[in-house]
Amino acid sequence: MNENICAISTALGVGAISIIRASGPDVINIVNEICDIDLSSKTSHTISYAHILNNKEVIDEVLIMLMKAPKTFTKEDVIEINSHGGISTTNKILELLLTHGCRLAEPGEFTKKAYLNGRIDLLEAEGINDLIVAETEKSRKLAMNRVEGNLSKLIKKHRKELVSLQAELEVIFDYPDEIEEEISYDKILDGLNNIKNDLDKLVDSYSSSQIIKDGIDVALVGKPNVGKSSILNHLLNEDKAIVTNIAGTTRDIVEGSITLNGIKINLIDTAGIRETDDVVEKIGVDKSKDIINKANLVIFILDNNTELTNDEKELLDSLNDVKKIIFINKNDLDQKIDISNIKEEIVYGNTTTPEGLDNLKNKIIELFNLNELDSNNYNYLTNARELSLVKQAVEHITDAIKNTKDELPFEIIADDIKVTYELLGEVIGETYTEDLLDEIFTKFCVGK
Amino acid sequence: MEYDVIVVGAGHAGCEAANAPAKMGLKVLLITSNLKNIADMPCNPSIGGTAKGIVVREIDALGGLMGRVADISHLQIKMLNSGKGPAVKSLRAQGDKVVYPQNMVKELKKLDNLTIEEGMVEDLIVEDNTIKGIITADGRKFKCKTLVLTTGTYLKSKILVGDTHKFEGPHGEESSKHLSDKLRELGFEIQRLKTGTPQRLDPNTVDYTVLEREDGDLTPWTFSFDIEPQYDVNNQVPCYIVYTNENTHKIIMDNLDKSAMYGGYAEGIGPRYCPSIEDKVVRFKDKERHQLFLEPESAYYPDLYLQGFSTSMPVDVQDKMVHSLKGLENVKILKYAYAIEYDAINPLQMYPSEESKIIKNLYTAGQINGTSGYEEAAGQGLIAGINAGLKCLGKEPLILKRNESYIGVLLDDLTTKGTKEPYRLLTSRAEYRLILRHDNADQRLRKYGYEVGTINQEQMDRLNKKLNDINDLINELKEVRVTSKNVTDTIKSAIGKLNKGESLYELLKRPEIKIDYLREYITSNYSDEIFNIVEIQVKYEGYIAKTNKEVERMLKLEEKEIPSDINYDDVKNLASEARQKLKQVLPLTIAQASRISGVNPSDIAVLSVYLKKNYNK
Repeated sequence: MNENICAISTALGVGAISIIRASGPDVINIVNEICDIDLSSKTSHTISYAHILNNKEVIDEVLIMLMKAPKTFTKEDVIEINSHGGISTTNKILELLLTHGCRLAEPGEFTKKAYLNGRIDLLEAEGINDLIVAETEKSRKLAMNRVEGNLSKLIKKHRKELVSLQAELEVIFDYPDEIEEEISYDKILDGLNNIKNDLDKLVDSYSSSQIIKDGIDVALVGKPNVGKSSILNHLLNEDKAIVTNIAGTTRDIVEGSITLNGIKINLIDTAGIRETDDVVEKIGVDKSKDIINKANLVIFILDNNTELTNDEKELLDSLNDVKKIIFINKNDLDQKIDISNIKEEIVYGNTTTPEGLDNLKNKIIELFNLNELDSNNYNYLTNARELSLVKQAVEHITDAIKNTKDELPFEIIADDIKVTYELLGEVIGETYTEDLLDEIFTKFCVGK
Repeated sequence: MEYDVIVVGAGHAGCEAANAPAKMGLKVLLITSNLKNIADMPCNPSIGGTAKGIVVREIDALGGLMGRVADISHLQIKMLNSGKGPAVKSLRAQGDKVVYPQNMVKELKKLDNLTIEEGMVEDLIVEDNTIKGIITADGRKFKCKTLVLTTGTYLKSKILVGDTHKFEGPHGEESSKHLSDKLRELGFEIQRLKTGTPQRLDPNTVDYTVLEREDGDLTPWTFSFDIEPQYDVNNQVPCYIVYTNENTHKIIMDNLDKSAMYGGYAEGIGPRYCPSIEDKVVRFKDKERHQLFLEPESAYYPDLYLQGFSTSMPVDVQDKMVHSLKGLENVKILKYAYAIEYDAINPLQMYPSEESKIIKNLYTAGQINGTSGYEEAAGQGLIAGINAGLKCLGKEPLILKRNESYIGVLLDDLTTKGTKEPYRLLTSRAEYRLILRHDNADQRLRKYGYEVGTINQEQMDRLNKKLNDINDLINELKEVRVTSKNVTDTIKSAIGKLNKGESLYELLKRPEIKIDYLREYITSNYSDEIFNIVEIQVKYEGYIAKTNKEVERMLKLEEKEIPSDINYDDVKNLASEARQKLKQVLPLTIAQASRISGVNPSDIAVLSVYLKKNYNK
């Protein structure tokens, strides 16, 4: 990698310190030109006190961290300048680096260099990307897990097992005279089943990882004036949604998020579901139906104090296959609602006391097993590319298992094992294919 | 006088390298240091074996000689891996070491354009980095347009037995002393390789009563697609199985320091997959016994080859080792095992056409390229001969792909990865082996032989008839239905009750059904070969389709050519190891580049971007 790049690594704004990072073959010389010490004489991985100079003028008093290739994040010389946190000072230092031969780094370019220089594999690179955009503690841990290569380790372990199984078969083909005792179908089956179990878990983990990364989208649904917005506001503890007593005012989708057990819950208010001739309201209603389809969970709110309307009955039917919670609001008022036709478990509550809403939260935790989601001990697939590859791997290993049970010739079994091995290699970027190349292009904008 | 093609060396590579261009109508000279050693088998008597048997069929499909000569020169033949799957099956024959060379010479003498001379080649005539001719030790000069070097183990060969060594060839002949120096001078990287061969024993001193007997198959086979079996299946010569024991292992361990390999007397690198017995005993300490084979070498002299017992121990230790084997307690050793070291070039300096990257019009084939085995040598010789011929005719070279043949796998491996030990073909080296079967070598390759002129019209017609028969039989299988009314007992006992009517084609896809069970429903006449091929094609149709999908993925990358004028120093962001490897290998396509060890996916990404930017590929 021949280019020297630099960027401000800390969030720009008022903070105690800012870090400006530079990476490339000439960064030591470049920084030497803008400071009052000689970095080339310093030992690698040390911090030095210095002043940043513009000609003779002192710009800032800084600490310079020197990391010489190859034991650095990018495998190139890397320098991090810890400056005082003001916007103008930080920008001035960046500007000095730019005028002395660095180029401004593109988003993710340090990671790209780390990947292209072989410092991290594709999974780890993707993990770092996730880390940068992580919003909750859990999603940060999940990303960290990947940066540390835990998923890579699991996949490497299984690839090793697959190769050793395959070797036991191949040796029979290539040395038929020398093998006195061939591997048994049972032993192959054991090995394959173990791997398949883990791969199945990985496929299942995808939805969990989506939850950890992006949170759970919860749509609040109910007829106008049933109390959706006030429930939302109580959950959010803020007046984000407009609450009135006139039916149909909440036309816009109002979003807000809360955190439950470290998981982000995105609350979405929908316009009241009601057949309507009002064009503006119609848009709101269509959008609501759309949101219901996309949401991970629907909270259907009913009024304790009124009878079920036809609209509500219809909606209840249409939510048959959807993950949902029935919440009966206003339980402090007289019960006029007939619940004999509702089969699901019901959560009762009202907006004047907290218990009902706590029960609602607990129900969400229960439905998504949020207590069991643990980003420390579990490996999650976190993007569609990995999911699709692991799913294909599962197909091939399933074929291999079936063929082993049918006692088909070893050669046929070995073929599926080989393809499984290669697909798993593709997940961690160790097997090269055209698809992987496309992925790299989109991920790192190589060549722009 | 100038020859179109001169071939140096008349081993298995040399014979094929001379035959191909002669068939193509070119003027060819085959020069060997010893006329008596043409097509010599200095090591194992067998031709074929796993993967190699398929190579022999590929050679035959392309108009080569090895298959047809082996078919009339063997003592025993059998199909290996019959129950292991359709594509790992492979023929192996025990060749007669006297008859095989005789029959090869007869084949060569049929070629009008071929001249055979005796002479030790010691120098090359090179002008402007282009080969112009050769000079023999006795000073004779021969001019040529193209040259194929197939020197086998004869470049500075050294025979090792224990701590003693002699500079000579396998039969005590003279070896070439200066040719490898000349090659080094021209810029070739020379490496030292080693291979070994076991003891030869007197068959009259073996106690056969305690040994397991291994017979040839009762089904008649041929390697060649053009000839019918010409031997009596009931009159084949048997092999015998011998086992090592604790005592053998103890003798070896006690004397390890005396072995040339372990004692540090040899500098060459031996193959991992064809290890000496001391290697096997040291590496697999837990194994109680190793299997060995006693193989007849010829009907014309009494001699048994002790397969699997190659060693570089001194002779007194060998005496003890051999006599510790059950059944061989009193055996007479006719020739002791020895290791042989020789010079080879680095195959990374050669294109997949087998032409040198350093000297134009110079081709190399066989052990000089770092391979091991008669079949690997013959396959390379054939392709080098064809490509030398095509070069004389001003045509593009024939480069077989990995999805087309084992020979293609071999040449791609050699020219992409290089080799540090004698390279042997294995079925596991072929990622698309399900379509590289012994039964379809002619379907895969004969068209190429026909195009270049090594396959004649009659041979092509034979293939076309076969293809028609296959097609007709498949159609018949699709048309004929089996119902509860006409179902046979054989089928019933294989699959139980037939619930609804099924075509023969559908039935054949079931693992339990063999095509033999269905033959009585077929009214037209087809050969056994056609039935066997169709059985594989139908039964494994789904798996073959899967492989073809994999092939397509690979071919997409294979289509992305790398221009020959690329300057890898201009490609920014390549890892330095990748840059160096790419410069050395000069891959022809992105696919080949991606197979080079040390070139990572990220390097391929960088290279692809560069090509897109600068060549719009």
